[in-house]
Amino acid sequence: MERRLVAMTADRSMRPRVGTGSARRILQGFVLLPLFGLLAGCNLVVMQPSGDIAVQQRNLILASTGLMLLIIIPVIVLTLLFAWRYRASNTAARHDPDWDHSTGLEVVIWTAPLLIIIALGALTWISTHTLDPFRPLSRIEPGKPIAAEVKPLEVQVVALDWKWLFFYPEYNVAVVNELAAPVNRPITFKITASSVMNAFYVPALAGMIYAMPGMQTQLHAVINKPGAYDGLSSQYSGSGFSRMTFKFHGLEGDGFDQWIAKVKQQGSELSRDAYLELERPSERVPVTYYSSFSDGLFGKILGMCAVPGKMCMHEMMAIDAKGGAGRESRENADRLQYDNRHTQRGDEPPGATTPASHRAPKSESPDSDKTHEGSGQGHSAPDQTNN
Amino acid sequence: MATHATHTLAGDRMSGADVPDFLDLEGEHHPEGSTMLGFWIYLMSDCLIFAVLFATYAVLGRSYAAGPSPNDLFDLPIVAVNTSMLLFSSITYGFAMLAMERDDLAKTQLWLAVTGLFGAAFVGLELYEFAHLIHEGATPQRSGFLSAFFTLVGTHGLHVTFGLIWLVTLMVQTRLRGLVPENKRRLMCLSMFWHFLDVIWIGVFTFVYLMGVLQ
Amino acid sequence: MFANTDLQHLLFGRLSLEDIPFHEPILQVTFAGVAVAGIAVLAAITYFRFWGPLWRDWLTSVDHKKIGIMYVILALVMLLRGFADALLMRSQQAIAFGANEGFLPPHHYDQIFTAHGVIMIFFVAMPFVTGLMNYVVPLQIGARDVAFPFLNNFSFWMTVSGAVTIMISLFVGEFARTGWLAYPPLSGADMSPGVGVDYYIWGLQIAGIGTTLSGINLVATIVKMRAPGMSMMKLPIFTWTSLCTNVLIVAAFPILAAVLALLTLDRYVGTHFFTNDLGGNPMMYFNLIWIWGHPEVYILILPAFGVFSEVTSAFCGKRLFGYTSMVYATVVITILSYLVWLHHFFTMGSGASVNSFFGITTMIISIPTGAKIFNWLFTMYRGRIRFDVPMLWTVSFMVTFVIGGMTGVLLAVPPADFVLHNSLFLIAHFHNVIIGGVLFGMFAGVNYWFPKAFGFRLDEFWGKVSFWFWTIGFYVAFMPLYVLGLMGVTRRAQHFDDPSLQPWFVVAAIGAGLIALGIGAMIVQFAVSIKNREALRDVTGDPWEGRTLEWSTSSPPPDYNFAFTPVVRGLDAWWEMKARGFQRPLQGYKPIHMPKNTATGVILGVISIAFSFAMIWYIWWLAALTFVATLAIAIGHTFNYNRDFYIPAETVRRTEQRRTEALAARV
Repeated sequence: MERRLVAMTADRSMRPRVGTGSARRILQGFVLLPLFGLLAGCNLVVMQPSGDIAVQQRNLILASTGLMLLIIIPVIVLTLLFAWRYRASNTAARHDPDWDHSTGLEVVIWTAPLLIIIALGALTWISTHTLDPFRPLSRIEPGKPIAAEVKPLEVQVVALDWKWLFFYPEYNVAVVNELAAPVNRPITFKITASSVMNAFYVPALAGMIYAMPGMQTQLHAVINKPGAYDGLSSQYSGSGFSRMTFKFHGLEGDGFDQWIAKVKQQGSELSRDAYLELERPSERVPVTYYSSFSDGLFGKILGMCAVPGKMCMHEMMAIDAKGGAGRESRENADRLQYDNRHTQRGDEPPGATTPASHRAPKSESPDSDKTHEGSGQGHSAPDQTNN
Repeated sequence: MATHATHTLAGDRMSGADVPDFLDLEGEHHPEGSTMLGFWIYLMSDCLIFAVLFATYAVLGRSYAAGPSPNDLFDLPIVAVNTSMLLFSSITYGFAMLAMERDDLAKTQLWLAVTGLFGAAFVGLELYEFAHLIHEGATPQRSGFLSAFFTLVGTHGLHVTFGLIWLVTLMVQTRLRGLVPENKRRLMCLSMFWHFLDVIWIGVFTFVYLMGVLQ
Repeated sequence: MFANTDLQHLLFGRLSLEDIPFHEPILQVTFAGVAVAGIAVLAAITYFRFWGPLWRDWLTSVDHKKIGIMYVILALVMLLRGFADALLMRSQQAIAFGANEGFLPPHHYDQIFTAHGVIMIFFVAMPFVTGLMNYVVPLQIGARDVAFPFLNNFSFWMTVSGAVTIMISLFVGEFARTGWLAYPPLSGADMSPGVGVDYYIWGLQIAGIGTTLSGINLVATIVKMRAPGMSMMKLPIFTWTSLCTNVLIVAAFPILAAVLALLTLDRYVGTHFFTNDLGGNPMMYFNLIWIWGHPEVYILILPAFGVFSEVTSAFCGKRLFGYTSMVYATVVITILSYLVWLHHFFTMGSGASVNSFFGITTMIISIPTGAKIFNWLFTMYRGRIRFDVPMLWTVSFMVTFVIGGMTGVLLAVPPADFVLHNSLFLIAHFHNVIIGGVLFGMFAGVNYWFPKAFGFRLDEFWGKVSFWFWTIGFYVAFMPLYVLGLMGVTRRAQHFDDPSLQPWFVVAAIGAGLIALGIGAMIVQFAVSIKNREALRDVTGDPWEGRTLEWSTSSPPPDYNFAFTPVVRGLDAWWEMKARGFQRPLQGYKPIHMPKNTATGVILGVISIAFSFAMIWYIWWLAALTFVATLAIAIGHTFNYNRDFYIPAETVRRTEQRRTEALAARV
């Protein structure tokens, strides 16, 4: 309804002397250039996603673009048309040097964009609420609401320097740099990070959300088609950022249970110590399985208290809510120090520059003792063909 | 534009085409008086810096990091004395301006000196307070709250310190040149600056100290 | 270097010979290039005995025209640096697939994209915009200079100091590896130790002081120094957009100063504003920096809008359509630009209502912007359009900018942003508006006002060559990035695994190469125009049939701009003067009151560089010394009461006489 209204008004606004012809066709080519990719058949994953949330986001992109093209195309056409028609050499065209106002036109040029923005604004308000990443899913696919008894798969995500750690509390397993979920079962991601910000993003599944230390963000999504999809960090986080990628497997039938069984069988335990070793900066870490993990490890990571003796965020916040711990609380400060652990352990911090990086400026210095390449590799799974 | 109105505009004579209709032939169009406006805009931009610091304090003011809170730290009587120092200094600066209006150099200098003393007392008390807090372990590094506190109050203190340097400079300059228009203009600017700091301090006192202790 | 490391630390802080990248081939070549060019320039200045005039007439000048020109030169020089970074990035991304690591390790690549962003925004776009405003605004409002001429000179030198500070990081130490906004916690003391972020902080802080002061100056100028009769609704549209831009500068840059100062405290003092631990809050930095950052993009684009308005109206030989609605659109954009900052981080998870509020406010900005586009469109309508170079840039802008605007509104829809944020689609979008909007506007402005500034036009042929290379190069370079964004490719990656992406990056690299040719053509254009200046000479002072007051005076204008202050009776004041048969008066000159040049700005600029260098490298004695010196010089400057002089009426008469003769010789 609203959209039709806008279309009509926009039509009226473009009515004055619109020349249809080759200019317009060329122009549409220009505007639609990004869409040529579709024709070329390359993998425009954002435009051809496999999860319902991402599909809705794609539809929103198409709808908004369509709405805006209602005004963009006429503007581009008119620009080129006027530029051609009123060129100085065309003395046949009317010249009206003092014409500088037309109330009717003014009304149109303010209302046409206004109407489109009203439509787009309504679309935005509704879609932002329905596609809020914090909001539990209400459907698996169009026309397939979620049954009340279906419990979403919970995955706890930790962005480490520079790899992803996924906990499956329901199965008591954890995995580095590989993610899997059964097709058509809702997934609840709880996301945090260990040292700097990252963004958790599986383009085929759903939009991204930041992973931030000491904070938990959420993402609800579902994968509808089986397959292996790319996942990545989409918020720059330091040297190993480009390789902070993983595969996300949508598994059908009992594929997911088999995968869990494989993790159980091939993995070892992720103890607190093993986590603290894993947490150290490393790049290109192979897929690693953990058959179990120390109790409440994700909560400790989230509370920035995985190191024994540290005070967790929620304890600190409880004390603060009661008005602090008074003047004699110096030891609390030590228990809350968190950011300095790279330096304390002798790791190169993610954004270090000379002289603190101990490298020759602007280069990968060969002699410097580099970051701890692939720490935690001892537990790596043999099955990397999967990747 | 009041300044424009005083000019005789050549075009107003409504004369024939040979007379330049479009130029101000008589007046020497060189508007003065941008200084006050410019300085006022500067103060507003400075005000925004304080706005950021206030906002930061609002966000971090309860983040004690399991450490001391305003209740544990603030000594309201000292702050009250401190506040009155600054308020008095604003009044005495007002007297200095009144004396300046009367072109009474000696009185102006005297009141400026009194203002300076009050201002120095303010800065001194603030430094004493800071030293005391740091001695107790309530350093800016201790918690988000203390970082925001020291920065907000310290930035104000730094402004007062620069105000004092400026004030001494102006005392020297008025002594050297008397109350010439340039010096009057500068005294006006400092006056605006000084009262501005007073207003900011009232915000600090209310928002940081009073609300901190009374919460 | 020193046997006694304590002494070395005392004298040089954390600086040592190892911090100079002697071994790095890219830097060796760059340094050799810079050194050779620098020596050539110095030699040329010496050979032509230009040192005296350079110092007296330029570096110490408080003349808004000279300062404006120097700003634009700074912008063009820094454009070369920033564009070199762009070429490095495009080349790296075109080859680094699979087993191929490319030629830049992450450690270096990360510095390059950070430097590219910082330089292009702060030291190309900003000086370009400030330079044009400085040059044009006083002329358009019929003033003899800005409200605070010395402050103007000081602002310029602070901007230069910031640029030099950033440039030093190329050869001494390293630059930040954090991205151009240096988000914490990555940019904090614990995550980014070393000098990189410190170069960033001090470079921007110093340049920011200059920008803020320049903003205050131009607001005061426009409010107070307008020619008699020029009411606000008779202000030329470029001056209007400049006013709004400078209001935005005054209201936004202090926020940047404050947030950088807080980050500085975190890094130097160990406070906890933006740390993860002890009560810090990194999200606050995102909010604060974007409360500055979003108005910043309007600071850049509004003057470009102003240029396009002037150019369209001049080259269509027609009054600007919808002046009033243009003014209101500008003001509305100014106000709304403060209500949209959160759209830069929808993905932080602020909640649906907050996100949609900021999404919708963002979309609302497209309404006045759309109205502006229509106003230009209807200015062209029934015009008589001369396609000189400035007008070509304008038409290209109108087509390009609406595409960028459309993708921008798309990114303002939060759920769409969730899949496009931080992707190459975003990169394509903002280059689409910043190149297609700001840069095209500045190039139009340079081609438009160059004859005013130097008395001869820029070469038309090379201008058109440059225009076509830039325009085509832009599309070839950035349309593939839109596609790559839709393929889920994120920004700032130094390497990719998927080889199927490579063709798109190769095309983008070719586009960057075309833009390089565009820049080359622009340099040739300047050279050819200087060589052929006599053929391109314009003695009328009004080569384009201009409409506003700057075209009423000679080209280049005399030091005092106008022998007599104009009296304004309507919009397009000069057009009206011409239409009503205005004659230049040939007598009755009066002495003209002018500000004196001063070296204080240059000196403070040099000391600021030393101060920031000392702070970056922890050379505390030098930092203290330069800080005290700055204060002392600033105070010392206030003891100079002798800051102005009168140009004698006789000098004015002779200057005007020369113009009269030149005009007569032309006929």
